Amino acid sequence: MALLDLKNISVEYKLSNGTLKAVDQVSLKIENGDIIGLVGESGCGKSTLIKGIINLLPSNGKVIDGEIIFDGVNLVNLSKEEMRRRRWKEISLITQSAMNSLNPVYRVGKQIIEPVMEHENVSKKQAMEKAGELFDLVGLERGRLDDYPHQYSGGMKQRAIIAMSLALDPKLIIADEPTTALDVIVQSQILERINSLLETYDGSMILVTHDISVVAQTCNKVAVMYGGQIIEYGDVVQVLKSPNHPYTMGLKNAFPSLTGEKKELISIAGTPPDLSQELVGCRFMERCPFAQEKCKIPAEITYVDTGYFYCARSDERDELRRQADIPEVWESNI
Amino acid sequence: MKNIFKLFSKNKVGIIGLTIFTTFVFIAIFANYLAPYDPMQIQFSPDGAVKRLMPPSFEHLLGTTYMGRDVFSQMIIGSRVAVLVGVISAVCVAFIGTNIGLISGYFGGKVDRVLMGIVDVMYGLPFLPFALILVSVLGPGVQNIILAIVLITWRNSSRVIRSQALSLKNRTFIEATKLTGASDWRILYRHIAPNVVPVSLIYVSTSMASAIMTESSISFLGLGDPMQVSWGRILFTCYSSQAMFKAPWWILPPGIAITLLVLSGYLMGRAFEEIANPKLRER
Amino acid sequence: MADNKVIEAIDLKKEFIVKVKREGKVRETKTLKAVDGINIYVNKGETLGIVGESGCGKTTTAKLLLGLHEASDGKIMLGDKDISHLHGSELKKFRKHAQMVFQDPYESLNPRFKIKNTIMEPLEIHGIGANKAERYEMAKEILNESGLRPAEQFMDRFPHEMSGGQRQRVAIARALVLSPEFLIADEPVSMLDVSIRAGILKLLRKMIADRGLAGIVISHDISLIRYISDRTAVMYLGKIVEQGDTEDIIANRYHPYTRALLGAAPNPDPEVKFTLDGIKGEAPNPVDVPSGCCFHPRCPECMDICKTESPKETIMDNGQTVLCHMYGGK
Repeated sequence: MALLDLKNISVEYKLSNGTLKAVDQVSLKIENGDIIGLVGESGCGKSTLIKGIINLLPSNGKVIDGEIIFDGVNLVNLSKEEMRRRRWKEISLITQSAMNSLNPVYRVGKQIIEPVMEHENVSKKQAMEKAGELFDLVGLERGRLDDYPHQYSGGMKQRAIIAMSLALDPKLIIADEPTTALDVIVQSQILERINSLLETYDGSMILVTHDISVVAQTCNKVAVMYGGQIIEYGDVVQVLKSPNHPYTMGLKNAFPSLTGEKKELISIAGTPPDLSQELVGCRFMERCPFAQEKCKIPAEITYVDTGYFYCARSDERDELRRQADIPEVWESNI
Repeated sequence: MKNIFKLFSKNKVGIIGLTIFTTFVFIAIFANYLAPYDPMQIQFSPDGAVKRLMPPSFEHLLGTTYMGRDVFSQMIIGSRVAVLVGVISAVCVAFIGTNIGLISGYFGGKVDRVLMGIVDVMYGLPFLPFALILVSVLGPGVQNIILAIVLITWRNSSRVIRSQALSLKNRTFIEATKLTGASDWRILYRHIAPNVVPVSLIYVSTSMASAIMTESSISFLGLGDPMQVSWGRILFTCYSSQAMFKAPWWILPPGIAITLLVLSGYLMGRAFEEIANPKLRER
Repeated sequence: MADNKVIEAIDLKKEFIVKVKREGKVRETKTLKAVDGINIYVNKGETLGIVGESGCGKTTTAKLLLGLHEASDGKIMLGDKDISHLHGSELKKFRKHAQMVFQDPYESLNPRFKIKNTIMEPLEIHGIGANKAERYEMAKEILNESGLRPAEQFMDRFPHEMSGGQRQRVAIARALVLSPEFLIADEPVSMLDVSIRAGILKLLRKMIADRGLAGIVISHDISLIRYISDRTAVMYLGKIVEQGDTEDIIANRYHPYTRALLGAAPNPDPEVKFTLDGIKGEAPNPVDVPSGCCFHPRCPECMDICKTESPKETIMDNGQTVLCHMYGGK
């Protein structure tokens, strides 16, 4: 049984002048030990999706459809209290500005042991020992447990947050842009830590980011989101080296690389769709250089080796992939 | 600016305030036509007796005073002083306070220290006593009252505008404008000042309210211009005639009118506050 | 080397006096050496990339070159003119020659100005264009050139009515409307969606090439720097530790910090993993610069001499410069 099974999830926001469907019929399965990258740009719905999973949507947001089966339990039906208990103990969340969620007036150690003592019946001494172990794991000196957050650098704060998120041995960690605010070297150090931690723990993770390089370095599977839907899913090597959906193809070619020949980058013209409107057919159509009449009808799912994707021209994908590597193809669209 | 008008027109509180205010302005402008009698003229009844302390009637809508003068006319004419003092003081205060705040906040350094030092000194001066002293030295007269009000009140707005200017001057688009070669004055008046206008408008409204209160207080204490008919003066005359409890038609109208006009100032100020601080808008 | 230098910094230094609070209530006054003696230059039509992590001094360098900060020491030359200490009308005249595109497209435009006014204002300030109509036409032209076509559609808009990418194009148009010789772009795309970054970068590249500008692009993203710069300077704690042709730097990586920086950069290719190459710890607070070579506490190749002596610039055979004892440094 999958650890987390999202079945046709839709999330809607109520606006002053209507509704906005930020997530539209998303399905995703996460097995034990998976590290899934959830990739997309602004407005694609990735942040909304994870907030929906752990019930941390703002007051005007609601999961209006589908099931979220975590470890056999449908999270949609849980009360706020029951969900709160699950949070941190079974699913923990690391956010982008997590460093700012450390309370500046309490020592860091105290902030870690509190949830431990609350959720598990252990003494303060035992909890502190656990905190020490966690600090070892994330590469922080144990002595630092007695410090206040302002004495930590940005990278150290993020490591402390990761330690906190592991404190209760959660089965699933959701990380929303955990390293975006950090410098390159610190980012790599943290990502490396996350990798080795997950190996040791045999835990699972959803890593939400706009940066496919981060996904390439840490994840084993990737889901690409666009316009509130997952448009492609599969093994990370397959999706990033031989993408099947034109958006993924475009995205891949928009990232500069340090290795290999210096290549020309592409730009995808246009802007993401307005999700407060009723949308028909493929949401990427307006910006896709390969769009045709048949794209006006929602595409059927196409299964491949390690995953699936949605594209009306799925049988031409090898040819489209070849064309997508040519910058002029994307330019003529502007 | 158009944006401010649009936002203001959607603000119920502000519209109420504006309506009240405009009504008074209208009355003040057309006072001479609206007042049925000369406010200082003693009214005689057909049999030759002075119409002393008469209750409201068809001929005298708000009755008469101890000296036999028509209260209603006095109220109408009195609105002129109220509106004049209110508007002129408000505009002067906002103008002085905003400019000093902008210059102090933007240029900083010695200029800031000197200007804010003056503001600190001004804060030490108690409002009403200072106004009274000034009026007794310079003599009664509406212009002196306005002077006193303006001299004291500008200190409030200048501090707030200063902190606005301080926070704006560090924003990226100001740095970008500097890079294009813009002079400090251009940046101050074309880029920073427009962003500060909503806050200035708050002070226009609230200082108008406090100016009217002050004028009424000064007149009530008998230090106002005896030649001018003002609401505060009406209160003073009523009080001195010891007719306060005998003639409610005489003592209440000025109080109510002052309250309404002052209230309109505060209501408009509240509307501008909500415009300046969008977070207050959704309630 | 062709003496085409448009802008050059010679031994440029910038120090700030800061009050630092230690444990307890002790307040120390320390000197923050934001920029500690750097030498860079940019030729006509060329782009120099400055790469480094936060606190390395790259933004301060940009501000020095644009006259937004005054240098504590050293010289800045624009062509053959010393522009290190300009004031008043001289400074204003200089503004026509050097411009900048900022990182945040949401903050660098005045939210109350229509686009046309933002673009026309610099022209007005410098008295370019005989009248308003002429300036309007010039504004339209530069907007068209910046990819906002047709310009008429954008002239009367406000920034909040435009996307991030469009706003950045406006920022570029504003910078170029004065026809400067020198343009700095500070993290020009880091706040934009990935799929539209290339468009902005290509626009910058085109403008620099077409107009023969000297361009400097600052970024923490080395892959981006590779894409857009001809030459690169790597900065660490106020010093340039390595400088040269971009492809050379990437291939050779002489300085241990460069090696660490490039190794750590995540690669979009899942089959090429990043490496951390033994680099230790985190960047120190710029107020507490280590003795000797500023990189020595973290350097996997640290030798005794590195702890005590600051290395001097070594010029390698291919013209690259390195600041490291391993290559001479004397």
